[in-house]
Amino acid sequence: MPLLQIRNLTHFFGGLRAVYNFRTEIEPGELRGLIGPNGAGKTTIFNLVTGIYKPTKGEIIFNGTNLVGLRPNQITALGIGRTFQNLRLWRYLTALDHVKIAFHSKIHYGLTGAFFRTKRCQEEEEEIEEKARELLRMMGIEQYADYVVTGLPYGIQRKVEMARALATEPKLLLLDEPTAGMSPAEMMETMEIIEKIRDELGLAIWLIEHRMKLVMTLCETIQVLDFGEIIAEGPPEEIKSNPRVIKAYLGEEVTV
Amino acid sequence: MKSVFSKVRNTALESTLGRRLWGSVAAIPLMSWLIGALGAFILENLVGYSLALLVGLPGIPAIFGLSHLGALIGALLKGVSGYAEVISSLMLFLGTLVYDLVIYIIPTYILARLSVPLVEKFLSLIPARFYTLLHLAVFYGALHLWSYQDDYRLLVVRFIGIAIMLTVSLNLVNGYMGEFSCAHGGFMAVGAYVSSVIMVWGFVQDDVFGPPVLPPALAPIAFPIVLIIGGLASSLTALAVAIPSFRTRGDYLAIITLAFTFIVKSAIENMEVIGGPRGFMNQPKLAGLPWVFIWTVLCLVVIYNYVNSTYGKATCAVRDNETAAEVMTVDTRRIKVIAFLTSAFWAGVAGGLFAHVVGYINPATFGIMKSAEVLAMLYLGGLNSITGSIVGAVLFQLLSEILRPLKLVKWVVIPILLITVMIFRPMGLMGFREIRPQFLRPKKEVKYAPASD
Repeated sequence: MPLLQIRNLTHFFGGLRAVYNFRTEIEPGELRGLIGPNGAGKTTIFNLVTGIYKPTKGEIIFNGTNLVGLRPNQITALGIGRTFQNLRLWRYLTALDHVKIAFHSKIHYGLTGAFFRTKRCQEEEEEIEEKARELLRMMGIEQYADYVVTGLPYGIQRKVEMARALATEPKLLLLDEPTAGMSPAEMMETMEIIEKIRDELGLAIWLIEHRMKLVMTLCETIQVLDFGEIIAEGPPEEIKSNPRVIKAYLGEEVTV
Repeated sequence: MKSVFSKVRNTALESTLGRRLWGSVAAIPLMSWLIGALGAFILENLVGYSLALLVGLPGIPAIFGLSHLGALIGALLKGVSGYAEVISSLMLFLGTLVYDLVIYIIPTYILARLSVPLVEKFLSLIPARFYTLLHLAVFYGALHLWSYQDDYRLLVVRFIGIAIMLTVSLNLVNGYMGEFSCAHGGFMAVGAYVSSVIMVWGFVQDDVFGPPVLPPALAPIAFPIVLIIGGLASSLTALAVAIPSFRTRGDYLAIITLAFTFIVKSAIENMEVIGGPRGFMNQPKLAGLPWVFIWTVLCLVVIYNYVNSTYGKATCAVRDNETAAEVMTVDTRRIKVIAFLTSAFWAGVAGGLFAHVVGYINPATFGIMKSAEVLAMLYLGGLNSITGSIVGAVLFQLLSEILRPLKLVKWVVIPILLITVMIFRPMGLMGFREIRPQFLRPKKEVKYAPASD
């Protein structure tokens, strides 16, 4: 049974058709790519899956649960983590705090615990902190744990965001352009991290990306989106030579 | 050329001197300072009055003689016409300077220096978890000695305690949660009226409520419970505000809370049973210094713990980016309601304390001016900082006392000072920073990277 199953997903912004009849199936441990020109509706699909938008039509089934109508925090707690295309970090918080907050749904101590800092609260806070530091270590940014994220280098901020997404303990990780704005060296590093995450944690990863090199190397299956519709689907080699994809990206040759 | 050189050397000298002075001050542990202050206040108890007469003061200066400073400013503002006044207030001001130096500053410093080895030995014998309690006990001792010298001091100290509670609790919403609430006057009114009505109905012979329902001897025991009930009532009204206003972000909360403050005021004005616009009196004056101190400390501890827990951090996350917070499993709606209700609870308790300090309340006390005052204290001290809230509340209250002789001009001077603070320190005096005594410091302090671009 697939981990995530999307059927007939359609979304309108007013009169604008952003996504039309999108479908996909992601197996556990799969690395799937989603590409397409700007404005094709890729991020909209991620926002629909994570509950930020409510779909006009269609169903999103994750692990046997229909996600449509759930709130983002509930969806993430079920096991879908994500990063954002344009970083959405919390500007006054430290890297460590970022990761700790992502454990929010797993806190057991109640408000009394938080108000009076009971023994249980202290133990749990320490446990969360240990886990958070472990994740930062895995990303190789442990030395930045106590730094406020604003002012950290862009590459580090990206990693903080990824560590934060992993802290929600996802079964499926949605990465929205994880290498946007990165140098080639940083991109190579990110690719290594993505593979490491997949292999060590056994996650399924769904990736939006513009850099063909990354997508073609990492992904097993790629879907191509244009104007909200799937125009091609298959392994990287097939996609590379698909005329419809080339047309969507480069346009048509016009003979005069 | 030469002058430039000597100037450079001069500042270097100054900075080493300053650093050395600061170093010697910073090396003294907090406990020693508290003991020093305790000693100074004992000294004041013994010889304060005679010394005050000696330096030409009418009696011991109420609050370090700050009101004489205000009187001096007031006299100076009058210009030539009031030169006799200038001279007399200048004499008084100089007298208080001598008094402060001889009674407070020198004895505190000497005692603090001398007690360092003793304090260090003593603290090393005690488990670290009792440090906070111990410091609080000595601090209270010193405060008690100082305050009970003079009724006016006692009143001001209690008002400062209440102001701290109000500011810290408002910080939870305006600072940590990043919404703008101006409902604190309203919440305070709800807490004040609810607790007053219960206390008067239960324990006091009153024209409206008749004979006491419960034996008046129980009043001191029931008082903390009644305060909590007042706080909870205030939380309940906060829920009514929160439900419609937290669906959206932005200015809505500011507008709704503003309306709320007006609604509460006019609702109370129209309730004849509780005195309407004339106010409500006969509250037993139970909120002595110990109670105000305990409640203030409790409020500070609870809010400090909360903002440092993962819940509190999640509140900050909602402020900085709500969508990201929600996607990172934070139940933003719940977190916002919790912060707002907690904030209202403490405003209610503060209101209850206020009513039982003064023994009389009227709706005009809790109008928009009260909310504005709390906001001013908050933004003066700085958002997102417990220390900032304390600093803001204490400074603002002391400032009000200093400038009291200026009467109406006070409300020109205070806003100008606030604007000055906003220009030179837009985040407030202590925004986003905490100062903690050594034993409260976390293992790792928050660091700021130099901006990369």
